[in-house]
Amino acid sequence: MRSLGPVLTVLVAILAIWYVGAVLMNARWAEDQAQRAHKTLTTSELVIQTMEQKRPVLPAPHQVAVALWQGVFAVSPTSKRSLVYHGWVTLSATLLGFVFGTAAGVLLAVGMVYNRAMDMSVMPWAIASQTIPIVAIAPMIIVVLYSIGITGLIPKAIISAYLSFFPVVVGMVKGLRSPDAMQIDLLKTYNAGGVQTFWKLRMPSSMPYFFTSLKVAAAAALVGTIVGELPTGAVAGLGARLLSGSYYGQTIQIWAVLVVAAVLAAGLVMVIGGVQSVTLKRMGMER
Amino acid sequence: MSEDKAPGGGATLPAVPVVEAAGVGLTFQTADGPVHALKDVTLTIEKGDFVSFIGPSGCGKTTFLRAIAALEAPTEGTLTVNGMAPDAARQARAYGYVFQAAGLYPWRTIAGNVKLPLEIMGFSKAEQDERVRKVLELVDLDGFGNKFPWQLSGGMQQRASIARALGFDADILLMDEPFGALDEIVRDRLNEELLKLWSRTGKTIGFVTHSIPEAVYLSTRIVVMSPRPGRITDVIESPLPRERPLEIRDTQAFIDVAHRVREGLRAGHSYEE
Repeated sequence: MRSLGPVLTVLVAILAIWYVGAVLMNARWAEDQAQRAHKTLTTSELVIQTMEQKRPVLPAPHQVAVALWQGVFAVSPTSKRSLVYHGWVTLSATLLGFVFGTAAGVLLAVGMVYNRAMDMSVMPWAIASQTIPIVAIAPMIIVVLYSIGITGLIPKAIISAYLSFFPVVVGMVKGLRSPDAMQIDLLKTYNAGGVQTFWKLRMPSSMPYFFTSLKVAAAAALVGTIVGELPTGAVAGLGARLLSGSYYGQTIQIWAVLVVAAVLAAGLVMVIGGVQSVTLKRMGMER
Repeated sequence: MSEDKAPGGGATLPAVPVVEAAGVGLTFQTADGPVHALKDVTLTIEKGDFVSFIGPSGCGKTTFLRAIAALEAPTEGTLTVNGMAPDAARQARAYGYVFQAAGLYPWRTIAGNVKLPLEIMGFSKAEQDERVRKVLELVDLDGFGNKFPWQLSGGMQQRASIARALGFDADILLMDEPFGALDEIVRDRLNEELLKLWSRTGKTIGFVTHSIPEAVYLSTRIVVMSPRPGRITDVIESPLPRERPLEIRDTQAFIDVAHRVREGLRAGHSYEE
């Protein structure tokens, strides 16, 4: 509980900065409106007006909170205006993509650790794949998959996997190579085979690295899914909601969606952190 | 353990030397040119011997032990272990190897760590448990099987790693500075225990150290080595009895052997001075 003070202090500071920002950034529009109506605003009127605009440049925190409340609790979760509905559409594709990406990442890493040719030939492509802007390649993936009849959840999940496999590859290659020469020699003195070395030494050694990369991968998977929803005319999902928000200048809606996305990502990372903690504790690797 | 294999148990067969090295050389090719880790090493280790290798860093003592274990391959000469090529002996699981660091798996309990080689070698579940129990008792760690390595002191961890090397009943125990990282008090105790273990099991032990008292206290033979190139400068047969209380270190015989080891080490270094 000793950390409660600092945590709250930081939270209050962020909100204060946010409010100040909202006043400063929305003041121009409030002043323009007043000028057109041939009125002059007192300072307190100005401050109030910066916080109750329908399309503010920067919505005030309480406006976002109200939009969140309405989107999450005030409408049925099956409604097209529900953030729960859109959040679930995005989350389901994210989870699928995360599983694809993790599986692909682990398989590639195992291949690279055991096969030098694969290490030399695949790693440059894996790195290159991450240098391509995802917004550029996402529509291409959707188009290609559409032409072979794959639509719906899968294309988004593949874009999500495209971003999330990379941290897993990098982390697992490092993790599977983490046993030192002495530990490899030890297994050699037992005349252990490659498969035994993998399951008894390399795999358990890689676990801390694995979970760390999973956390990065989960956040990347969510970003991948949202980007997959943006340029593709998707009608549901947080990405679609962001896009419609930006079409109509609904800045409050955009911010509410951003908060939902952040909460989802934080939730995923926390779940992975919990599994990590339990697993490593049971393995005796965390005290 | 293998009491039936104790020295003197079966005196009928003409014994094959456990290790036989003739003119063994080992050269590492490095970016700075070849490094002669071993040159013209000729040595025979008989069954039941406790042989220490002593010398300064770079004298090839560890390299020679690793060559016996087939972790390095000699580039010259012949080397046999139990009459076989070292790699065949490794595949026949002829030896247990103890490294300088205990190297226990942090994700396995002490019992789990001792079980590791037994799992790899395909012992049955019941046999594994039985052997783990026996060797943990042998190194005085009974009751610690369910602890994780981090819950044990450094000395206990090293004892567990010795238990791990004993579990599968190899006749040879190769130890590479196993107590090098421990303080002197713990080291004395473990030395005493190691001698007891050796006399109980009758194993052949190859032991690398750079402590003169440790080498003299433990060994039946002391191999003094010197660097550049790594070679043997003296082989000392210990006149000490096999039964050795710690106090033996104050006897004249002990001091004489230690003196000769020191002389050998100094002679090996003389060209540097």
